[in-house]
Order: sequence, then structure tokens, then C-alpha cells
Amino acid sequence: MTSQSSAIPAIELIGIDKRFGSVHANKDVNLLIGQGSIHGIIGENGAGKSTLMSILFGFYHADKGEIRVKGQPVRIKSSSDAISLGIGMVHQHFMLVDPFTVLENVVLGAEGGVLIGPALDKARAELTRLAHDYELDVDPDAIVGELPVGLQQRVEILKALFRGAETLILDEPTGVLTPDEADHLFRILGTLRDQGKTVILITHKLREIMAITDHVSVMRRGEMVAEFKTKNTSVEQLADAMVGRHVLLQVEKGKASPGEVILDVRNLTWKDRKGVPRVDNVSLQVRKGEIVGIAGVSGNGQSELLDVISGIAKPTSGQVIFEGKDIGVLGDPAHVRAEGLAHVPEDRQHRGLIKEFDASETMILGWHHDEALGRGFRLDRAKVIARAKSEMETFDVRPPDPLLKSAKFSGGNQQKIILAREMLSNPDLLIVGQPTRGVDIGAIEFIHKRIIALRDQGKAILLVSVELDEIRSLSDRILVMFTGKIMGERGPEADERELGLLMAGVAKDAA
Amino acid sequence: MDLYAEIFASTIRMSVPLVLAALAGLWSERSGIVDIGLEGKMLAAAFIAASASAVYGSAWIGLFFAILVSVGLALVHGYASINQRGNQVVSGVAINMLAAGLAVVLGNTWFKEGGRTPSLPPAGRFMPLDIPGVSALADVPVLGFLAKVFLSHSIITYLAIILVVLTAWALSRTRFGLRLRAVGENPHAVDTAGISVAGLRYRAVIIAGVLCGLAGAFISTSLSSSFVRDMTAGGGFMALAALIFANWRPWRALFACLLFGFLQASGNYLQGVSVGGVQIPVQFINMLPYVLTVVLLAGFIGKSIPPKASGIPYTKDR
Amino acid sequence: MGPRGELPAWVDLGLIPLLNLTVALLVAGLVVVIIGENPLEAMWIMLNGAVGSLKGWGYLLYYATNFVFTGLAVAVAFHAGLFNIGGEGQAYMAGVGAAAVGLGLEFLPWPIVIPLAILASMAVGAFWAWIPGILQAKRGSHIVITTIMFNFIAASLVGYLINYWFRPVGKMAVESREITGAYIMSFREVAREFFGVRVASSPLNFSVFLAIIAAFAVWYLLWRTKLGYEIRAFGANPSAAVYAGIKPDRIIIITMAISGALAGLMAVNEILGVQHRLVLGFVGGAGFVGIAVALMGRSHPVGIVLAALLFGLLYQGGSELSFAKPGINRDMIVVIQGLVILFMGALEYAFRPALAMLFFKAED
Repeated sequence: MTSQSSAIPAIELIGIDKRFGSVHANKDVNLLIGQGSIHGIIGENGAGKSTLMSILFGFYHADKGEIRVKGQPVRIKSSSDAISLGIGMVHQHFMLVDPFTVLENVVLGAEGGVLIGPALDKARAELTRLAHDYELDVDPDAIVGELPVGLQQRVEILKALFRGAETLILDEPTGVLTPDEADHLFRILGTLRDQGKTVILITHKLREIMAITDHVSVMRRGEMVAEFKTKNTSVEQLADAMVGRHVLLQVEKGKASPGEVILDVRNLTWKDRKGVPRVDNVSLQVRKGEIVGIAGVSGNGQSELLDVISGIAKPTSGQVIFEGKDIGVLGDPAHVRAEGLAHVPEDRQHRGLIKEFDASETMILGWHHDEALGRGFRLDRAKVIARAKSEMETFDVRPPDPLLKSAKFSGGNQQKIILAREMLSNPDLLIVGQPTRGVDIGAIEFIHKRIIALRDQGKAILLVSVELDEIRSLSDRILVMFTGKIMGERGPEADERELGLLMAGVAKDAA
Repeated sequence: MDLYAEIFASTIRMSVPLVLAALAGLWSERSGIVDIGLEGKMLAAAFIAASASAVYGSAWIGLFFAILVSVGLALVHGYASINQRGNQVVSGVAINMLAAGLAVVLGNTWFKEGGRTPSLPPAGRFMPLDIPGVSALADVPVLGFLAKVFLSHSIITYLAIILVVLTAWALSRTRFGLRLRAVGENPHAVDTAGISVAGLRYRAVIIAGVLCGLAGAFISTSLSSSFVRDMTAGGGFMALAALIFANWRPWRALFACLLFGFLQASGNYLQGVSVGGVQIPVQFINMLPYVLTVVLLAGFIGKSIPPKASGIPYTKDR
Repeated sequence: MGPRGELPAWVDLGLIPLLNLTVALLVAGLVVVIIGENPLEAMWIMLNGAVGSLKGWGYLLYYATNFVFTGLAVAVAFHAGLFNIGGEGQAYMAGVGAAAVGLGLEFLPWPIVIPLAILASMAVGAFWAWIPGILQAKRGSHIVITTIMFNFIAASLVGYLINYWFRPVGKMAVESREITGAYIMSFREVAREFFGVRVASSPLNFSVFLAIIAAFAVWYLLWRTKLGYEIRAFGANPSAAVYAGIKPDRIIIITMAISGALAGLMAVNEILGVQHRLVLGFVGGAGFVGIAVALMGRSHPVGIVLAALLFGLLYQGGSELSFAKPGINRDMIVVIQGLVILFMGALEYAFRPALAMLFFKAED
């Protein structure tokens, strides 16, 4: 599609195909990257962008397909092959050695001899030159672990350039940056292009694509679905391509009849260990008998918001008022549960269940203090199994065997086990993260019906999902989160494109 | 004066196996492989050195076999930790037991002395070096004292000091040292730089094997003149303590080992120390290195930060 | 199919451990061959020495009693994802508790003194594991290292206490005087005292029942109580445990104390049951055997009892063997221990890929 001039492209990917078990991460992907350009690759989480770039960088191997660098077919078996072909990569999680100096990090793997002294001297000179050429200043003797993330990223770029990278891949580079730092990065990337380097930018942020790229490719569900010259496209067109024309799952749902406010989150902020606000001054309310959906690309603070509300993390500031009580100060999931709040965690495998436990034991996780399961300190195995049996039947878990190890159920049935546990605890508020991630169609329908049934019983539900159609088909109100902030509120009838723009941080309601 | 010279000289002697074992632990752990098996490797080496030396009549041959066996055990640990991604602590415990058992069982079979090896003649031992002119200094006031403290040792002692220098230099100045330090902190960084994580770690455990071999040989063929059961007496663990105390740095490890060696030496010579008229039982001096290490680990005095990736098997996915 | 693919439970829980054990024993047999003996003959002598006579059984069960306690101690900690290498020191310290109460409250009748001494063993053992637990939970000091250090500290400390506090004035042997009430623990003494029957000399004593109770209690704790549920949940998946409102610090500290108390019971068998006095170095490596026993017993009380019996057999049979065959030293047992730990612990999955391949090939 790209009408590249006669110049040989820097990188060509032809028919790349990659599976991880049952997940088809890349489906017959073709991509052409022009020399001396900034090429954006955009797509939702899990669209296959990172996998594709990891293949190009030799971290994974494609099952099928061909890679060409400057027109020559190449075999990239490891990162060192990629490096010697002039490909550099700045990973989302930096590949830096924290206690090392900047120089040591830059030199690692490119020492050039048995002793590192000469390499360090060479790197020092080179760094001075690069700092001058590309605005990449950083103190060569600083300890990397003590640098702010923006500078750490610069070290990653310097590492690649020091190794003679002609093509630089950046994976979600602005996720960790402040807007100022991001602008600086874009200036650097612009300079790199002007000096003849090729830049591949992986992102899910439309604004960045529009701001600095020359070409943009859109990925969705492992496929390359569209390709544009940036100047010929628009944010709206990209949002459409990225989200796709979803067939709205039909969920029969009556009108909500919201009652009183049961959850009142006020000016909630949560900062991570580095002091970065991941939840940034969020206020929201959930009423009885309604489903409030939080839409957003993952990694924009939804997970942290769920953690704070459910008591796993303590708020840095602000309040979480549940039924008139500030439960944020407790910072204790056991207490929060006792108040009548149930929580279906986003990460099923790591949080929701204990793979080594049998289903009956997983089905009391978090609720094991229930006196009905055994008085005092005791845990009555027969009662645990009986409860599991009845809950498994209610939720149609297959096989309905309480003694089967949790790990042996399919994804959908594992999710049903967790949902049964949380929903049948008769909560006043259910918070649900990614209820249908990795779940088959049949189970999705069942889970959706259950969530709506719970609402119709007059319970409150806070739903987080990265599946926009799920949010739209279930929610009575939709909030959109971006970089820890609520960007705006819409009704379920809201236009997909409008939501897409909010999710991409392009538009924001005047608060 | 003579007593002090004795104690200081003994401090140095006692420190040698500690220093060598601590360096072994340093190489291994800075590459990310926890080594609880220093004790076992040393013990096996001590046994083999004494045995081979008894049979062949040469301390050097003893040393050669000691290193060979110690490296063999190190490779078992490497295979379990690197290839099999097994629990490194469990593997270390297994190696300690294997060594302790095998040394006595084989010793009993070979020499029929209940696990003890025959007493070695001077040729089968690393004796104090006979440095020309030193004996003449014996009665000179200060020089005599210094000579007795510093010049009364076997070659392995001086080798140990050289190895501290070499380790410090290699870690900070060479490509191998740089990569090794990196792999112990963030193996992903090393892998994405196109360097083999397993290769680096194998080299580190082999170095640890060589150093433990030296330490063991020193114990049975220099410090002593035969192997007796459990003769390392927890030295491997004390070296581990010294290593933690030294924050995994070579020079500091040397000083920590000298401190611990001094505690051992003074315990042996004084059978208790009197501080301000109060007798301190020798047992308290013996436990001091361990108490100090616990206090340090708890972060009450300073902070010891182990290499970030140590003990964690490396897998590509994160 | 990857090497870590799904295999049926009987392969994972039955075949693989059995295979690992077999390889460990084969290598041990190889060592016997190397030292010029016949491994089959050696095995026969061991078996005969351990189970061929009542006396053999007495010793076997006495050794097994120690290993049940130390094995359970390691296993309980394993269930919480903690590696307690400090059983040796915890048991050693516990001996001081047993002796202090046994000697200090001598003026009371034995039905009071003995239970109190048992409780004291558990309490002191618990205390010696509780400190590393606290240090891990509150200060982040690695439990493996601290428990190792605590073994050495205990070794010196108990040495000091026996020398300076327990040893009667003028006595040369480094041991306490006799705990008079403790004779009641011994089967032999009870038989003579109350029934006038003379039985063969054997160290077997009432602690063996305590071991059975302890094994049952551990099973009950882990699989029938809420605390046990929390311990297992935390050990299997710490982040799921936090999600469930289980507090890591609390679990670490409590589990370590329980583990230490179990290790402490080993002192009951040895000090109250057999020696009847506090002696130097009475633990003799039983704390480390506990690691092998726990790994072999897959951290389940039933498995631990079986593994402890096997090691009891090895220990008793091993001493008989070293009498019958002076060429095979008693330390052969330590070699076997090491091999069991290596193959059942560190190389646990070494044969799994090959088995998986065989298995899936057969399935095709």
C-alpha cells in the first residue's frame, strides 16, 4: 500500500506468522519500513505489535515468513544477529543494569576487547558526539538506577546508537514519560530521522502517531489491517481501523433503575514506588442497580484503581467511601470483603486462583473465614466441597468436579469458578476486571448474562475491560481512563469513535 | 610480643580458606547463582588433596586433583541451577552432604583409618616458604615481628592475596567482569545484548570450583597435615557470612575474612578474652561472625544488597 | 508439546519421584561398587539389621521419630514457600529448654514436669525460628541465610550453656546431670518399673507417639484449618494470597514458629527420651536429614512418615552394615541423603522432559 520511492526499504517483513500455543499472535503479517522514516505501528493491547518487533529483534522466532534488511534476506536467530544487522531496540521494560554507570551500560556487549578501559574511553567520546548531534545529553558517569526514567530511556537509545544501529525500534516509549519528556523524545527521533536513521515506533497513542510519524501501520488481533501515510490520514480513521467495526454482542438487557450511591470514590490518587501517579485524582460513583464500565487501553491505571478500591493497595490520597464508610484507610482486602465488596481480579492466573489448589479450595479464596465453612479456626472439608459443588452447578462449570486441580480447567471455566465465588458471596458491590479475557464465546455470553442478572437484583457493579464492545454492551454508564485520569463519561449509546478518541487521550471533557 | 605475632600470623592462616571460599562465593553469586555448597566443595577438595598427596607424595598433585573434584561438584551445581532451573539452595545442601559423606566413605576405603587420611610428610604439604634472609630477622625488634606475621606462610596464602587483587581487577576492568556483574543484576539485559546467560554463569561456577579447590587443599595440606572428617568446620558458611558482610565486594571480603580469621585465631589462642575484667567465653567469640552477619542482614548496621538476580533461575519470558 | 506440558497426576506424583529415588539409590549403589563391596549384599545386611530383629525395629523407629519431627518442620515451612535450613539449631536450642525445665522443676512429679519440658522444647525451638521469621517479614533478611547463621549461633550458644550452666561442678564430661523424671519416657524403663518385664535395650520411647500425633496435627493444620489454608495459599501463590486478604508477614512469622516448634520436638526424643541429660551436639545432623525427608515425602505428613521410616532404616541398617562390613563406613547414609536431596530436590524435573516425550509419543 505504501507508495515507497525507488529507495530500498530498510526492513521488510514478509508473511510473518507466530503462534504461542493456542494464541495466534501474528497472522501472515507483511510490513515495509522505508529508509530514513519514522514508521508507527499502532494497535490495541494484544494486537501483536510487540511480538512482531520481538521477532525482528531476534528474541522470538517466527514460525513462518521472511525478514529482509536493506533488500537482503536475513536470518535473525538472536539479538546479537539483529544488532549486527544494525537493528536496535528500546524495550518497554528497560534492559539496563541498575547499579552500572551509563558508560558501563552502553558498553555492555560491545566491549570490543578483553579489557573495558578502551571501550569506556571510546564510549565517552561517542556519547559526547551523540549528545551534541541528537540532544541526547546524559552524564556518562551517573548510576543508571538513580536516573529518572526519561534519562534511562535515553541510555537505551544511546546503547543502540553506540552499536551502530541504523534502525531503531521503540516499544511504547512514552508510557513512562511525562509530556515534556515525551516531547523531548520526539525531537530526538526527528533528528535521528533527519540524519538518515530509521525509526519504528510501537504505540497505542494516536496523538504520537499523528505528531511524529511519516507512515503508520495498524494491527488488530495479530493482523496488519491498514497502512497509511500519516499526512493522508486522520485520528478518526486510525481509531476506526484500530478498534475495528465490532459486531456488538447482543446482550439482552433491560433498562437500569439506579438507586442510591453505594461507592463514592473521591479525588483518589495512588502513586507507585517511584512516585508516579498511576491513579490520578479519580472521582467516580457507582449506584445500586447499575453497571459502570471503565474503558481504556490497559496500563492506564485501571488495574491500580481496582487494587485501591478492593483494599490491596492503600490510597496515596483521597477516599474510597463504600456504604458511607471510608474503606480506603483499611488497606485490607479481608476487611473490604467483610463490608460486602466482591472482586473478580483482572489477572486470573496470578491472583484469582491458585493453580495448585483443587477447585473447591480456589472457590473459597478470600472467603475462607466464613463461619459457615467451619467454626472458629476449623475448615470443614465436607462443607467446602459441598459449597463448591453447588456453586459449580449454578455457574455451569465444566467438569463440575470440586476435586479437580484449578489449573486443569479451561480458561472459561476457571473464570466461571472465580465469578461464582465472588458473585455468590452476595456482595453489595462487585468489581470486575476483564471478565471475559481469554474466554470462549459460550462462556462470554453466560458471564455477561450473570453480570446483568446481578445488576437486576439491585447490586452495584464496577466493570473494567479493555474490550470496548464488552464495555458498551454491559455498561449503563461508561467512564474512560487514560494515564490514570478519567477522561470523560458517556452513555452506552456513545459512538465508538468518540470513545476511541477518549481512550487514546486525544480528547478530554472539560472537567 | 611473641604471642601477638603468633596470633596475627595465625589470623592470616585462618583467613586464607575463608578468603578463597568467599571469592568463590563472590564469583558465583555475582553471576546470579547462590552457592550454599562452598562448604561441601572445600571439604571434598580438602579430602582429595590430602589423599592424592598421600598417594603421589606431592602437594601440587594433591592440589590438582582437589581443583578437579571441586570443579566437578561446581558443575553439578551449575547443571542443576542453570540447565534444570532447580532450587539453588537445595542443590547446595545436597552437595554439602554428598561431599561430607563421600569424603569419609572413600577415605575409609582407601586408607582404612576411619575416614582420616595418612599424615603427610613435608613434601606432601604446602609448607611455609623459606624466604632467604628471613630467619636472620627473627631477633630484630620490629622487623622480626613483621616477618613472623607476614613472611611465615605457604605459597597458597600469597596466592590468595594475589587472587583478591586479580578478582577485583577482573570484575571491574575486564569484559568478562563487566558481563558477569551484569548477568547477576539483570540477565535480560545481557541476553538482549546478545550474550549467553548460561555461558557466563557456567564460567562463574567453574571459577568458584577452582577457588574452593584451592581453599580445601590449603586446609588439609597446609594448615594441617591430613584430612579428618568435617575438617572445614563451617568455614564455607563463615565465608558466605563474610561475603554478605562485604556486600559482595572483593577487597571488603578480604577484610571481613581477616576479621573473622582474627576472631578464630584469638579464640584458639586465648580460650576466652577478658574485657574489662569480665571473662568472655570462647563460644561468644566463635559465634560473633554469625551474629554480626545477622545484624547486618537485618539492616541494623549498614545495608547489604545482594546481586538482584541471585537465586532466580533465568527464563526468557518476563 | 513442551517439556513442562501436562502429564497425568500418577506420573507427576508417583512415577517421577519413584524414578528420582531409584536413580539416587542406583548412584549410591555405584558408590558401594566403587569401594569394592557388593551393593546387593550391603542392602541385604542393612535390611536385616534394621527389620530383622526387635532391637533393629526399636532403633529404626527411634531414628524415624527424629526424622518425622525435623521433616515436618521443613515441610510446614515449604508449604509457606519458606526454606527453613535451621532445624538443626532449633532442635539444639530446644534441648536447652527441655533440660532447663526438666532439671529446674525436678521437685515436681513427672506427670507435670515431662509435659512442661515438652512444651518448653517446642517453645524454645519456635523462638529460635521465630526470630528469622520476624527478620524475614519485617526486615527482608533472607530466611535461608539467617537460619544457617542461627545454626552456628546455636552451636556456640548451647556449647556455652552446657559448659557454664548445666555441667555439674567438677564433672569432666560436657553434659548436664541426669533429668530424673525423664526415665518415664523410655519403654524399657517403664516396662521394668511398672510391669517388671525386661525388654531388649532400645532407645525407643514415648516420643514415637508424639511423632504420630505431630504428623496428624500437621496434616490437620494444613488441610483442615483456616490458618493452614492461608499458609498453603501464601506458599503457592503469594499475590493471590494478598488478593485474598492474607497477610504475608503474619503467615511467615507464624509458619516459622510452628516449624521451629516441630524441630524442637526432636529434642524431646533425644534429650528426654534417650539421653536423659543435655549433651553436646545431640542433634547430629537430624535437622538436615529433615530436608531430605521433606523433599522425599513431598511435604505431606504421610509421605514424611514413610520417608522418615526409610531413613530410619538406612540409619539403623547403616550402623549394622558398618559393623558387618568395616569397608562401608556409616557415613554412606550421608551420601544417600545427599543423593536423595540432589535428585528429588534440585534435579526434580531432570527426567520429566524425556518422560513427557515418551508419554506423548505413546499417546500419538
